[in-house]
This record gives sequence, structure tokens and C-alpha cells, in this order.
Amino acid sequence: MGDMSMADGGAAARKQIWKVFFILLAITAVEFAFAFLLEKSFLRTSIFLVLTIVKAFYIVAEFMHLKHEVKSLIWSIIVPLAFITWFIGAMIYEGGSVLDKHPTTPTITNSK
Amino acid sequence: MSSTTLTVEINQPSTTSAWAGGKEPMNASYGKLMMWFFLLSDAFTFSALLITYGFIRYSHDAYEGAVSAFQFSQMHWPIPEKVFASLPLLHGVNAPLIFVGIMTFVLIMSSVTMVLAVEAGHRKDREAVEKWMLWTLLGGATFLGCQAWEWTHFITGSDEGVMMDSWKYIAETKQYGWVKEVYKGASLVQNEYGPRAFADLFFFITGFHGFHVFSGVLLNALIFFNTAFGVYDKRGSYEMVEKVGLYWHFVDLVWVFVFTFFYLI
Repeated sequence: MGDMSMADGGAAARKQIWKVFFILLAITAVEFAFAFLLEKSFLRTSIFLVLTIVKAFYIVAEFMHLKHEVKSLIWSIIVPLAFITWFIGAMIYEGGSVLDKHPTTPTITNSK
Repeated sequence: MSSTTLTVEINQPSTTSAWAGGKEPMNASYGKLMMWFFLLSDAFTFSALLITYGFIRYSHDAYEGAVSAFQFSQMHWPIPEKVFASLPLLHGVNAPLIFVGIMTFVLIMSSVTMVLAVEAGHRKDREAVEKWMLWTLLGGATFLGCQAWEWTHFITGSDEGVMMDSWKYIAETKQYGWVKEVYKGASLVQNEYGPRAFADLFFFITGFHGFHVFSGVLLNALIFFNTAFGVYDKRGSYEMVEKVGLYWHFVDLVWVFVFTFFYLI
């Protein structure tokens, strides 16, 4: 917030905070709507993941103020996170294949 | 060449590189940077939990039929909106995901009050910091209370329960064995909602997040009292509010992911 907030006693900064709050609220409401309007599908899951990342962006960029830090700090945080995001995606994708090979769901009929 | 000259040369601030010392190259204090890097490492931990969740969930069969006909079974992973469909004081009312929606709202709201406290700190407005920190504390405590209710409800289970095989001690044979019985609720060993791992992951992931919220509430309380006792006025800087604020936003951020992975997908 720094310079901007000092000039007008922080009014602009506070306005921005409430704006971000309403964006987060609206996205959560949309997620709820999709949870009940759409059947479970690849599309619905993708929509949820995209909206989650949008929410994460607003929290990190505005609330945690990362957007307004210097570039070297922004990249120090974003690059490792980008790798871990890729890792999550890869593990879930590959994990599905690895576990497909094994009939892991136990057939619970062993009551004698 | 005398040694005095040498000392002067070393202490000369570098004009060539921001990284040569004497400056904050990232324009952030040591404490703030360390908070960022701690949060990064914490993000790795939570990512590991989410990866585990993905692995285990997709190794179980998904439920294939119509949502309206869904029934709890060990044979498929439960649909979250069927498991989390209750509200306090409204027994028997079907309210899928409403309570967890309220919890999400409470946590986002407390993140907003936190960032307002940080903003007030920039203006060194002690009363405003106190006010917003109190709201943040209230939000955090409310969230924890909601989670306590959520866990209690999850552990207690439905009125009817589900007929299933329980692994338990049988008095007659003096041995452990499988017994068919009506089981209600959940433990780490079994649960009525679905495969054993479902409840295990629920307890572990929401529990680990809840522990973060709990630590956050303690830190927020510390900040509130320090503000009230004028510690930051004496210090001339409200940066501690900002550092703890970063932690609190991170807790909110993790919940956004837990909410999506555990309750929506």
C-alpha cells in the first residue's frame, strides 16, 4: 500500500480491500451454484480448479500484497509454487494410472 | 598501504549491485522475508497432503449412479455434499455444503479484517488496529468453533448408521474378527460414509489446517495485546501486524484449496 495509502489516509487502500472481498465472495457463490447446477464431470472439476486458482491469486496478490513487492521477491515465491502446482497435477494424473494396475478397493465380504 | 585504507574500502556501500550488502535487495525486512519462505515451505507440506488425497481418492472406485440415489458404502468414495449436509440446531434438515459455506465465509471475512488491521498499522492508528484485530480474533475463534461442531457431527454420524463389517473384539472367541453390525459415524479405523481412508484424510487434512488456524488465533491474540500495551508505538513500527497477517492470509488460502478438493470436487 505504501505511498498510495499515505496520501489520502488509506481510503484508496481500504476501498481496494473491500473490492477484493466482494470478488472472493462472488467467486465462492459461483462455485456453490456450479456444485448444484452441474453434474459431476471433467468440466465441472476444471471450473472449480480454475476458480480456486483465481481466488488464490487475489488472496496472495492483494491481501498478502505480493503484487506490490519487488520483482525478485515475486519470482522467489511464484517459481517454486509453479513447480509444485505442476507436481500436484503430474502426481494426480500419473497416480491414477499407477493405481489402476492394482485392484485396491477391498472387497469387504470377509465376514467368515 | 595501511590497514585503515583497507577498512574504508570494505565498508564502502556498493553502487553496483543491490545484493552487495547494506541494502534490502527485496525491499522487505528479514522477518518478513523469512515469513514468506516459511509459508512457501508450509505450502509444500499442504501440497503433499493434497497429492496424497488425490492418489488415494483415485485409487478407490467413484460412485457411478444418480446423485439422488446415492448411498453410503465401503465400495465407493462418498459424494461430499451427501456427507456434509447438516446444520447446527436443525436436525434432519438437508442442507448440503451450507455449513461449510458459512465457515468459508467466516474465514474470508477474518482475512479482510486482518488486512484492514495491517492497513491501519501503516497509518500507526492504534485504535483501528485493535478494533480490526479483535474482529479477526472473533472470526478465527468462530471458525474453530464451527470446525469443532463439524468434527463432532462427523464422528457421531447419522441416526440410522450403516450395516457394515466391523473389526472388533469378540468376547466368545476371545479374538478379534469381522462382525456385521450397524455402525454410526467415523473413527480412524472405520466410518459409515465410505472407505476407511476417507475419514482418515478428513481428520488429517482438516485437522492439520485447523491446527494452523489455532496457532494463527494465538499469534493474533499476541499481536492484539502487544498493540493494546503500546509495544508497536514504542517500537515506531507496526510491521509485526503485517508479518502475522501474512500467516493468517496463508491459513485462509489453504482453506480455499481444502474447500475445493475436499468439499466441491
